[in-house]
Amino acid sequence: MSARRRGFWTPGRVLVHAVLMVATAATLYPILQIVAISLRPADRLYSTSLAIIPPDATLEAYPTVLFERDFLLWLRNSFVVAAGVTLIGVVLAATAGYAFSRFRFAGWRAALLAFLVSQLFPATMLMLPLYVIMRHLGLLDSFAGLAIAYTATALPFCVWTMRGYYDTVPVEIEQAALVDGATPWQAFTQVLLPLVTPALAITALFSFMAAWSEFIVARVVLSRQSLYTLPLGLESLAGRFQTEWANYAAGSLMVCVPVMVLFLVLNRALISGLSLGGVKQ
Amino acid sequence: MIRAPRWYPYLMLGPAIAIMLLVVFLPLLYNIWLSFRNMSLAHFMDHSFVGLRQYALVLGDPVFYVMLGKSIVWTAVNLLFHALVGVSLALLLHGPVRGKAWFRALLVLPWAMPQYISALTWRGMFNAEYGAINLVLRQWFHLPGIPWQTDPFWAFVAPILVNIWLGFPFIMVVTLGGLSAIPVALYEAADLDGASWWQKFRNVTWPQLLPVLSPALILGTVWTFNNLNVIWLVSQGGQPGDRTHILVTYIYKVAFSYSRYSYAAAFSVVVLILLSIFLLFAMRKIAPAEAR
Repeated sequence: MSARRRGFWTPGRVLVHAVLMVATAATLYPILQIVAISLRPADRLYSTSLAIIPPDATLEAYPTVLFERDFLLWLRNSFVVAAGVTLIGVVLAATAGYAFSRFRFAGWRAALLAFLVSQLFPATMLMLPLYVIMRHLGLLDSFAGLAIAYTATALPFCVWTMRGYYDTVPVEIEQAALVDGATPWQAFTQVLLPLVTPALAITALFSFMAAWSEFIVARVVLSRQSLYTLPLGLESLAGRFQTEWANYAAGSLMVCVPVMVLFLVLNRALISGLSLGGVKQ
Repeated sequence: MIRAPRWYPYLMLGPAIAIMLLVVFLPLLYNIWLSFRNMSLAHFMDHSFVGLRQYALVLGDPVFYVMLGKSIVWTAVNLLFHALVGVSLALLLHGPVRGKAWFRALLVLPWAMPQYISALTWRGMFNAEYGAINLVLRQWFHLPGIPWQTDPFWAFVAPILVNIWLGFPFIMVVTLGGLSAIPVALYEAADLDGASWWQKFRNVTWPQLLPVLSPALILGTVWTFNNLNVIWLVSQGGQPGDRTHILVTYIYKVAFSYSRYSYAAAFSVVVLILLSIFLLFAMRKIAPAEAR
């Protein structure tokens, strides 16, 4: 066994592992920084120490940001917006993807391309006209305005993903249901949809994340502090750099960790969704 | 195909199309209309038609060409390093590596983090006195600190570094997927011919990888060109003195900090045209065959 292990570690392989370790350390360093800063006591924010766990580490920033700042309010606001976007996104993507997968109709190609193209023109280009329109319609400082903008950014990816998954389900399964006397709507909701629940989960997650982590549009639409979502709230802590740095780090970590775990778990599924959704060659 | 009334697919598609028309295509047209007027905070309700005046202002101002150049530099440098770092790491990881799953999971983390949190954290790390980067330079390498937030050059380098860190995992993951799809028989054939490591890379790996990589790189180009988050958050909205902007952050600033709505609209129409020209060429590569 030890002889075989020596056989594995050729100089080239040692070098490869060394390079990978250095790259991983450099990649992780900024994330460890957040941990380090969140552990700093409030009177030691101007520290020139590089230790990941500072000598007088404390967890006091966590209760502070949770209960003495508006963290829970931001959390609730973010949740309301993201839940709305998820609901609209899943319903619209499920039906539109179905139309693209199971039918060929006049304008099929144009509509499919329109979804693809709109994904390539980002929300940032549409923010100005949307802002002016929302201001005229009184939608500024409302979750509805924000949710509408987010839905539009997430929808194209979701439609393509749903369509890709439907394409992998043989159409004969629904046709059998139709022969048995089901209406097309019944065949869709009761036969096809239960078969594509993983795709629905990915669509839901993608819509949720699109809303959960968005800063730039929220900054324009929301100005009332009571409506702040998590990104706006955390940025306001980081903006008050001197006093709130540890609180910012503690809050960020609490937001980050669940998101990162979810991402790692669903990483493969998301990527296969991406490729099924059209980027595949 | 499903047998259903002719109108049925349109009914299913209707709601999604309606919301896209309402939130993407209608605002796009409204934006074009705005670009021919003189709306600003002072003229929010009583704006009037001014023809091509906003376009003349945009194209006649040297600032546009500076921003265009910076946008191109920003996109090119980022993409180059995304590809270089991402592909290299994927190639290393694809070989015999102990702890492969761990390396892979840890190296993907920058992609998994919400972008605004990464950007804000890096902003703190670029602080000249107490930021980790200058502390490392001083304490480990005994070098002078770099004025990341006050010197226009370094203030532009900072968000580029952040974005390279953010963007390489995507290319790495795509490359790993591409590498695992290359038939082993091709390498066996190359081995029979006595091919060197480099010859195998040149003649087998790279040509097989390119069709997977090029759509990812084209998407990456568009995402990077349009990335507002990183520059905006790392440089605190273009600090110092609006010297770190690229086209999209400048439009954002002009629209929402200076309230020059019609000027910003004309500016974004010009950028949209540039982007469309790029996409027109790139489209053939990313659109799936059936939609071409």
